Amino acid sequence: MPQVTLTVNGKKHTVEVEPRTLLVELLRETLRLTGTHVGCDTSQCGACVVHVNGDSVKSCTTLAVMCDGAEVTTIEGLARPDGTLHPMQEAFREYHALQCGFCTPGMVMSAIDLVQKNPQGLSEEEIRHGLEGNLCRCTGYHNIVKAIAAAQEVMHGRRKELARAAE
Amino acid sequence: MNVVSNKWIGQRTIRPDGADKVTGRAAYAADATMPGMIWGKILRSPHPHARIRSIDTSKAEALPGVKAVVTAKDIVDFPVDTPVPLGIQDMRWMCRNVMAREKALFHGHPVAAVAATTEEIAAEACRLIEVDYEVLPWVIEIEDAIRPDAPILHDFLRFEGRPSNIAGKLEHRLGDVEAGFAEADVVIERSFATRPVHQGYIEPHACLVSVAPDGKTTIWSSSQGQFMVRAMTSLLTGIPQSDIRAIPAEIGGGFGGKTIIYLEPVAVMLSKKSGRPVKMVMTREEVMRATGPTSASRSTVKIGARRDGRIVAAQGTFYLQAGALPGSPIRGAAGCAFAPYDIPNVHSVGYDVVSNRSKVAAYRAPGAPIGAYAVECVLDELAEALGMDPLELRLKNAARQGTKAAHGPVYPRIGFAETIEAALAHPHYKAPLGKRQGRGVACGFWFNAGGESSAQVNVTEDGNVVVTTGHPDIGGSRASIANITAELLGIDYRRVSVLIGDTATIGYSNLTGGSRVLFASATVVTQSVEKVITQLRERAAKIWGIDPDAVKWEDGQALPAGDNAGRFPPLTLKQLAAKASETGGPIGAGVQLNTTGAEGGFATHICDVEVDPELGIVRVVRYTAFQDAGRAIHPGYVEGQMQGGVAQGIGWALSEEYVYDRQGRVDNASFLDYRMPVCSDLPMIDTVIIEVPNPKHPQGVRGVGEVPIVPPLAAISNAVYNALGRRFYSLPMSPPKVLATLEGAAA
Repeated sequence: MPQVTLTVNGKKHTVEVEPRTLLVELLRETLRLTGTHVGCDTSQCGACVVHVNGDSVKSCTTLAVMCDGAEVTTIEGLARPDGTLHPMQEAFREYHALQCGFCTPGMVMSAIDLVQKNPQGLSEEEIRHGLEGNLCRCTGYHNIVKAIAAAQEVMHGRRKELARAAE
Repeated sequence: MNVVSNKWIGQRTIRPDGADKVTGRAAYAADATMPGMIWGKILRSPHPHARIRSIDTSKAEALPGVKAVVTAKDIVDFPVDTPVPLGIQDMRWMCRNVMAREKALFHGHPVAAVAATTEEIAAEACRLIEVDYEVLPWVIEIEDAIRPDAPILHDFLRFEGRPSNIAGKLEHRLGDVEAGFAEADVVIERSFATRPVHQGYIEPHACLVSVAPDGKTTIWSSSQGQFMVRAMTSLLTGIPQSDIRAIPAEIGGGFGGKTIIYLEPVAVMLSKKSGRPVKMVMTREEVMRATGPTSASRSTVKIGARRDGRIVAAQGTFYLQAGALPGSPIRGAAGCAFAPYDIPNVHSVGYDVVSNRSKVAAYRAPGAPIGAYAVECVLDELAEALGMDPLELRLKNAARQGTKAAHGPVYPRIGFAETIEAALAHPHYKAPLGKRQGRGVACGFWFNAGGESSAQVNVTEDGNVVVTTGHPDIGGSRASIANITAELLGIDYRRVSVLIGDTATIGYSNLTGGSRVLFASATVVTQSVEKVITQLRERAAKIWGIDPDAVKWEDGQALPAGDNAGRFPPLTLKQLAAKASETGGPIGAGVQLNTTGAEGGFATHICDVEVDPELGIVRVVRYTAFQDAGRAIHPGYVEGQMQGGVAQGIGWALSEEYVYDRQGRVDNASFLDYRMPVCSDLPMIDTVIIEVPNPKHPQGVRGVGEVPIVPPLAAISNAVYNALGRRFYSLPMSPPKVLATLEGAAA
C-alpha cells in the first residue's frame, strides 16, 4: 500500500493508505479528526473543507496520496493551544452563525480561506459568492454572512477585537 | 406566572454548545466508533414496484469479511389489518419501510442488509445478494395514482368500497359553505400543484449500535428523539425498551426528517447476529432516494367574499402524496390552510394518496405550506378583484381571540393581527420597487404542540447548576434553557450547563418536533427550578433556624424576609451548595409532565422578487418575516428559525423538486441535481419578532420553529405575479418553467 507523509495541524504523520483512500477518510478514520464532516457524495455541501497548503479543498474529493508532503489544517487545528479561538470561530459563535453545527467546520474553513485571499475586504455579495460551495440548511446564511463580515475586520487587523453582534 | 427580572430571558447569550461546534468537538453519530466495530450497508430496490419472490443471500454470506446478513425476516412483522400507532406513525408501515416485506415499493426501498469488516466488503456483499423480483406496474404522480385504472400499491387499501391508492381522508367543516358562497359577491377558485421536496439536512442518517451478549443494546444515532428511536427499535426488533439505551448524538439537522428511523433496527439485528458493534452511515444518494421527503400536492381552493372584503365561505381540497405507505400530512394541509382567518363557513378536505416513491416524513410544519400556498394565492387574487390592499384584506379577516377555527379550537389571545399590522407599518411594505421587481405577501399558521417532557435540575457541590432535558437540540434550545434557568435562579447563565440526557438518564421526552421543545421543556425546567429554589430556601431556613416561609430567594441568594429581614447575612447558591450535606443532602429536582397549552403560531411575510426574463431566473431580493413568538427567550435563535424556515421556503418555491425518470427512479438524488439554495441565491432575511405572550406558558412561549416555512411559497408566487402580471399555479417556479411561461405569453 502507498505510504503518505503529511503534516496535519502541525503534527507529522506517516500512514499507509489505499490508492483510493480519500483525504477525508484518512482524517476521520485513521487520524480520528472527526470535526471534518461528510454531507454529500458529489462535492456540493462543503462540510468536508480543510486547508491543504493554505488553500481550502474539499477533502471528500481529494485522494490521500495527493497530499504526500502537504500541510493540512482541519477545524481542530485552528484554535491556539491555549484554547483561544480563531477570529472566524469566535465570530460564528458570537453571531449565532450556526444551529445544528454540521456545516460549521467546512463553513469556517472556507470562510478563512476566502477572507485571507481578499485582504482588501469583502462585500456582502462577495462573501455570498465565495460561499457557493458550502451548503447550510439551518440558518438561511444570514448570520453566517454577518459573522464573516465581522471576522474579516479582525483577521486583517482593522479591528483588535470582534465587534459584538447587534442586540 | 413568575415575575422575572428579564436579566437573561431575551438576551442573545452564547450557546452552550458553541465552542464544541466551531472547533469540531461536537460528536455527531457518524463520528462514533467502538473496538471491533464493523460496517453495515443496505441493498436497495432498483425497481419502483416489484414483488419479492425470493432473496438468496448465500453468496454474500460466503464472502470473506461478511459477518451478518439481514432481510425482512429479521424484522418484526406487523400485519396490515391491525393498526399499531406510535405517535403519528404506524408500525405496520414502519416495519415495511425499514425493510421491504412482500413487495419493494419504491426505487431505493431497503431489501436486505449486510455487515462486514469494511464498508467496501459490505457493499460488495450487497451486490452478491440475489433478489428474484417480479416487476410490477408503478405509479408516482398523484393525478396518475388516483385514476380508476391506476396500478394499486396495496390490495388491502379500500376507498369508498373499491381498491384504491387513497389511503385516508380528513375533513373539517364549519358552518354551511353552500349558504356562505351564496352570500358572496366575489368568488375565486383555483387549482395548484407542488412538487416533493426534501428536508435537506446536511448530515446523512447515521448510527452506531452495539448489542452485547446479554442483549443490552446501545444505540448512538442522529435523531429528533432518542425515546422515539428506543420505542420504534424495540417494536421492530422485539428487544424490550429497558434493554435499549438510545443515546442522542449531536444532530446535523432534521427539519422533521429525523422523527422516524431507517437504520437503527437494521443495525441492531446486524449487531445481534454478528456479535459486533455495527456502524451505518447513509450516502447522500441514499438519503435522497429513500428517506422522507415531503409530499407533492394537488389542491383546489375556493374563497368567497362580500364586496366589503369580508370572507364568507372557503372550501379546500388537498391531495397529498404519502409515498409508498400511508401517512401524508393532510392534517397540516387541510387544518392549517384556513386557520389564520375568521371564516364562518369552511369545508376543508385532505386525501392521503400512496404511490411508488419513498414514504414521506415530517418536514417543518408538515403539510401547512401546501395548504397556505393555495389559500394565500387565492387571497391575493381576491384582494385584486375587490380592489383591496392584500394585507388589509387579511387584517379584516384575521382570526383573533374567540375566533372558532375550522380545525376545532376557539383561539385564546393570539398575535396574528399584530403581525399584519407590523407588516403594514414596516418600511419594506412601502419601499419603491425596481424594474422587473414585484412584491408579494402571505400569512401562515402552525398548530404548535405540547406533550411529554422531562427535566432534571441539579445543583453541583460548587454551587453551579446542571440541567438535563430529553430533547435533541436542533436549533439552539440549550441556549434558551440556560437563559430561563439563569433568570429564575438569579445567576449568570454561564453557571448553567444544559445537557441532553439519553433514554437511561432522563425521563421520557417526546420528539424534537411540532415546535414543541422550548414550550414543553421550559415548562418542566421552570417547575424543576422552582422546586430547587424551595429546597434552597429550606436549607437557608435550617441554617438560620427560622421558618422557610420567612426566607426569600432573590438575585442568586437566600435572604431572610419579613420580620427576619436583615437579621442574617444572605446565603448564596455557592454557600448553600457547600453546606448541602449538612442540611439535608444533595440539592436537585426533576419534573416530568404531559404539557398542554401550546397555542398556535402565526406569521406574515413580505417578499420582493426580481425576474430575469432572458434566463427565467427569479431572485428574492428582499424578504421580511413578522412572527408572534409569544416570548422570545433567545431572540437570536428565534430569528434563526425564521431565517432558516424562509430559506427552505424559497428553495421549495423556486428550485427544489424531485425528478423521476421513465423507469420510476429518482433522477436527481444528489445535491448536484437537487438544487437547494446556496448563499448567493438568498438576500439577508429580515425578521421582526412580535411578542404576544402565550397565557398558558410560564414565560409566555409559543413555538417558533415551523410557521416560518408556511408563508414563503405564496409570498414568492404573489411577488412573481406582481412582477410579471402572470400567475404560476405550480411550483417550483424554476427557470425552465418561468421561461416557458414567458415565451408562451409572448407567442
